[in-house]
Amino acid sequence: MALRLLSKARVVPELRNVAFASSAAAPAELSDFDMQHKTPVIRKQQLIPKAQYGGRHAVTMLPGGGIGPECMGYVREIFKYIGAPVDFEVVDIDPTVDNDDDVQYAITTIKRNGVGLKGNIETKSEAAYVTSRNVALRNELDMYAYVLNCKSFAGVPTRHKDIDIQIIRQNTEGEYAMLEHESVRGVIESMKVVTASNSERVARFAFEFAKKNGRKKVTTVHKANIMKLSDGLFLETSRRLAKEYPDIEHNDMIIDNCCMQLVAKPHQFDVMLMTNLYGSIVSNVVCGILGGAGLLSGRNYGDHYAVFEPGTRNTGTAIAGKNIANPIAMINASIDMLEHLGHHFHADLLRRAVNKTVNVDRILTPDVGGSSSSSEVVDSIIDNIETVAKNEIPIVLA
Amino acid sequence: MAARFIKKIVPTSRAGVAKYSTGVRKVTLIPGHGIGPEITVAVQKIFEAAKVPIEWDEVDVTAVRGPDGKFGIPQRAIDSVNENKIGLKGPLMTPVGKGYRSLNLALRKEFDLYANVRPCKSLDGIKTLYDNVDVVTIRENTEGEYSGIEHEIVDGVVQSIKLITEEASKRVAEFAFQFARDNKRKKVTAVHKANIMRMSDGLFLRCCRDLATKYPDIKFEERYLDTVCLNMVQDPSKFDVLVMPNLYGDIMSDMCSGLVGGLGLTPSGNIGKNGALFESVHGTAPDIAGKDMANPTALLLSAIMMLRHLQLNEHADRVQNACYTVLAEGKSLTGDLGGTGKCSEYTHAIISKL
Repeated sequence: MALRLLSKARVVPELRNVAFASSAAAPAELSDFDMQHKTPVIRKQQLIPKAQYGGRHAVTMLPGGGIGPECMGYVREIFKYIGAPVDFEVVDIDPTVDNDDDVQYAITTIKRNGVGLKGNIETKSEAAYVTSRNVALRNELDMYAYVLNCKSFAGVPTRHKDIDIQIIRQNTEGEYAMLEHESVRGVIESMKVVTASNSERVARFAFEFAKKNGRKKVTTVHKANIMKLSDGLFLETSRRLAKEYPDIEHNDMIIDNCCMQLVAKPHQFDVMLMTNLYGSIVSNVVCGILGGAGLLSGRNYGDHYAVFEPGTRNTGTAIAGKNIANPIAMINASIDMLEHLGHHFHADLLRRAVNKTVNVDRILTPDVGGSSSSSEVVDSIIDNIETVAKNEIPIVLA
Repeated sequence: MAARFIKKIVPTSRAGVAKYSTGVRKVTLIPGHGIGPEITVAVQKIFEAAKVPIEWDEVDVTAVRGPDGKFGIPQRAIDSVNENKIGLKGPLMTPVGKGYRSLNLALRKEFDLYANVRPCKSLDGIKTLYDNVDVVTIRENTEGEYSGIEHEIVDGVVQSIKLITEEASKRVAEFAFQFARDNKRKKVTAVHKANIMRMSDGLFLRCCRDLATKYPDIKFEERYLDTVCLNMVQDPSKFDVLVMPNLYGDIMSDMCSGLVGGLGLTPSGNIGKNGALFESVHGTAPDIAGKDMANPTALLLSAIMMLRHLQLNEHADRVQNACYTVLAEGKSLTGDLGGTGKCSEYTHAIISKL
């Protein structure tokens, strides 16, 4: 969409026939949701007419397992309080059942609504032919880019301060292709698939995203010294695209060196681009540096659909039901969702309230060094919404 | 019969066969490229001063074109390591992208070195953001994602194959538990991604579980790779010994060495069925090569690991104490550790502390 707009303005004429960018990277006054649905570009699936009733948006909610259901409960409570014009369509996916009916239904609802909010879906079956449900969801909806916005929270005690990294991760192929077979007894082969078209799409997404958000540097993370063809292809594609964006600096780094640099000197990174598995590793490392899995939220973007979820995709079964789970990740995901839908007023309100709770009042759950329970955090956020709405309190950055 | 009786009382040394009658061990030395030659000289000087009973057999492993046209390690190097069964290696260069296959990988394949051990311990005098790290990463060294089997099926679609075999997984799991027992470690954690790579990592996990039953004195747990990454950067004391397939091991071991101060301070050993190769894992640093600015600590710590493997523990302890004392003092440290000393000054400081 971005490229169509740009080509209309005759800024980038040669890209007229190439339209791989997602709406998230599009610079425009239309909200992201409108961009995706009023100007669809790629027809990889049969589109279903989008649901929109009287200015309210319908959003699919997939609670998943572990701490998902309780966090979703908090999100609904907060949304009811701020009167966000969003209606949730809840789809429960049963982890013990082997067939895919629930997942297919969930996919249909996301196609209908265009946007989803999800927790981590468990796949209890360890049988080899049952694909992970999260992976199935992402692949079906062709959500090829995953964006994790990692910004330090001033109120959370960490070893590293003032980190601001965006991680963009290829979301559908790579090591998560889930193509495995046992050729001989005791010997198993697992395929990692890297395609030129997907690498190009996600690289273009990354550069457009960097450009739209005023970012200066994109780092491609790879292991092309060992996996010369697959990661080599990914690296070559991003290097080739870097030439089209001369004002954005591009460099590349090998994944093991990258992990080492992240624990020692994380401030050298700005936007990071990588394949699926490395994305998982790096996003967990960065989340760990910033204080844990309970704070950051991630966004899955495709050309037509967007699904928002807690950043590190943890189920948190060990802490489910104990009222100590950190609800901030899910709440941040819902803020991202409101932004995407174009409800900037509500998103802003909620963001400032969360900011006040975490950074100013410092009411935090035990996993990030506090001593409050989840419900106390949520109550504090609700109280702060009222304060923030009345007093125009600015966002604390440091 | 007497021989069998004696064998039961006197356990066969793991130390291999290349021993002179005076007890001096012969060890293959591979200086490597870049700063390799300087740091190997430093280690040799320190060992000479400490009167360690080791004779060095220096070889060069730069790839040569064999009679079949393919690049390979020179025959002399292969013969040397097969005879001595213990080696110490400096950093080797691997070109990124197209080119011949990594020399490091070739060495590992050639000598069937199946387990890579990297102990990461916080050192006094080297201040990092993490204190009291004491983690050992054991990584399967021969297969997994680094099999090097890749092809382009159609234009624009590339496939890379990750190979996991039962035999290799069992070997490395057994080594991990044995290592934990020998070094009085309490817990072994298997790191995997079996929720996504069900069959391959599932097989690895099954092998680890099977072996865990044979070592009931050691606690065994299994964790997902992302959870381990998350927890490792928050609280490294949660982990003791980690065992994992090739790629995860590569990344985790580098990350753990980042926690203690970088590759310039981390030893590494590759253990195989018929021998062992100890190496420094940092790069060749071509920009400081030949300027007497290199830091030999990584190679020295690997050499100390080698001495322990050869069961020359008193010598190992002496050299290690000297090295730790110099690091704790912080007076003659090299540039990468924040000091201004030269490589030769650092070496002399350690020799003086012996």
